[in-house]
Amino acid sequence: MENIIELDNVTKRFGGITALNKASLKVTSGEVVGLIGDNGAGKSTLIKTLVGVYSPDEGDILIRGKKVSAWNALKARESGIETVFQDRALTPQQSIVKNIFMGKELRYPFGFIKEKEQIFEANRLIREIGFTSKLINAESPVGNLSGGERQGVAIARAIYNKAELIVLDEPTNNLSLNETQKVFDFVLNVKKSNRSVLFIGHNIYHVYDISDRFVILDRGEVVHQLNKNDISTPEELMKIMRDTIGAH
Amino acid sequence: MSNNNSYLSNYFHRNGRALGSIGYFVLLMVIFLIGAPEAWIRPNLHQSVFVMMPTLIFLTIPLVFLVASGEIDLSFASTYAVAAYVFALLVKNGVDPAICLVLGIFTGAAIGALVGTLIVVFRLSSLVASLGVLFLLRGVILLLSNSRSITIMEVENHWIYPLLVGNFYGFPMQIFWAAIFVIFCYYFFNKHVFGIHIQHVGDNSVSAEQMGINVNAVKIKAFMFVGIGSAIGGIFTTMITYTFFPTQGFGYLLLALAAVFVGGTPYWGGLGTIIGAVFGVGIIAYMEIGIIAIGWSGEWRQFFNGLIILLALLGHRLHGERVR
Repeated sequence: MENIIELDNVTKRFGGITALNKASLKVTSGEVVGLIGDNGAGKSTLIKTLVGVYSPDEGDILIRGKKVSAWNALKARESGIETVFQDRALTPQQSIVKNIFMGKELRYPFGFIKEKEQIFEANRLIREIGFTSKLINAESPVGNLSGGERQGVAIARAIYNKAELIVLDEPTNNLSLNETQKVFDFVLNVKKSNRSVLFIGHNIYHVYDISDRFVILDRGEVVHQLNKNDISTPEELMKIMRDTIGAH
Repeated sequence: MSNNNSYLSNYFHRNGRALGSIGYFVLLMVIFLIGAPEAWIRPNLHQSVFVMMPTLIFLTIPLVFLVASGEIDLSFASTYAVAAYVFALLVKNGVDPAICLVLGIFTGAAIGALVGTLIVVFRLSSLVASLGVLFLLRGVILLLSNSRSITIMEVENHWIYPLLVGNFYGFPMQIFWAAIFVIFCYYFFNKHVFGIHIQHVGDNSVSAEQMGINVNAVKIKAFMFVGIGSAIGGIFTTMITYTFFPTQGFGYLLLALAAVFVGGTPYWGGLGTIIGAVFGVGIIAYMEIGIIAIGWSGEWRQFFNGLIILLALLGHRLHGERVR
């Protein structure tokens, strides 16, 4: 199994506060990793460092075994890592199609945009995601969409770019049961195609259901890692989490 | 049916603001036509507008890019004069005017880059910082030029003069250059990565950053574009009048800003309209010249400029508030 990405002893500080302390984590192809931890455990910082929004103060980031330098969000995307951010990273006054292709527009030479192709692809993705309202098409502004639909646009972006690793930051927050199920289906589909998911969640039950492996984060440190085979119920995971947090 | 509705509503979402400013322009023309038909059919009214419009277009359209990126720049009115000064000084010293033109535009771009970098890197308020630069640069020009104007009759004999600001069957050449500029900017804003990234950045810079767009670079480029537009406007005007004068450009400061907003570009970023801005320029230019042409005193000009800005803002409210 190839390591898609590896964080090696990564430290990230903000002012005097150490948000991540020598955190190490790897994701191999075809696995779903659940990242769990309390509020303020550093989940968000870990994710943002992993996907290039923050650059680490210390430690290395390795992509398929190779160390990378000057890591940033564009490089992460070019390395096949797509992220569905907690805030969904959308621009609400712009159309769905512009949002799906944000930062990775389909281009002619000299930077002009292949608008028709983008609209065609966006309409296809909208149907694939399961937008049923006839009022919505690729050129509708994102600001008119519901929370679940906006999540759909963010996921469509990741689907289109055929990422090897999809990072989902609290993807089931504020979603209905039906919409949550759609996110789960999506994760399973990704896994089936031998690509990987890093799933961050508050809800232990959601994380338990979907993940093959769990990484527990506390106060900026990776305190425990275990496989799903090691445990049999979400309650057990919860207990382990409670025991490890604060014990180290 | 509902499909048609959605296409229609998307169409209005995209073009409502431009259509709005076209509407105001038509309304203004009708008012002039009814109020003073004789003045309106006289060709010299329109000729004066055609002379004024290109300069205002070179200033206003780049500002649409910048405002859509979520920033503002007031210093363009001084950049205008700095570029004109560089141009005139070099011409006066015997440098080929074509080279002077390039160097003048380069000066504008460089000032834009500096202003943009200052604002973006130090996270300054673009309104206040560019106000500072506006005064600072004006001061520099007054000091360098000793408050004296420079006359450059010699440009008339150079090939760039008829090409850029000459007369083409009664139409000033700068009209054609402004039209080309508008078409270029329309595609640049709506169909090019540069314009699209500007809209994302102005809409939500955090999202844009997360998607790998270099927000600072996009903003600095937008400031540079404003610098380039101002330089073109300044140099064209200097060529038309054969004169650089140290206070030039100041009068355009508020007019260009008014044209941006009357044209339908909202102040909050993420949206902008090039076509709307062209009609915004039309409204402002006709207002400036039309009031005098129909025989009213100049005092009314400011009054009506103010009125039209307020009416336009109220009208553009119909397109709704910012969606989040």
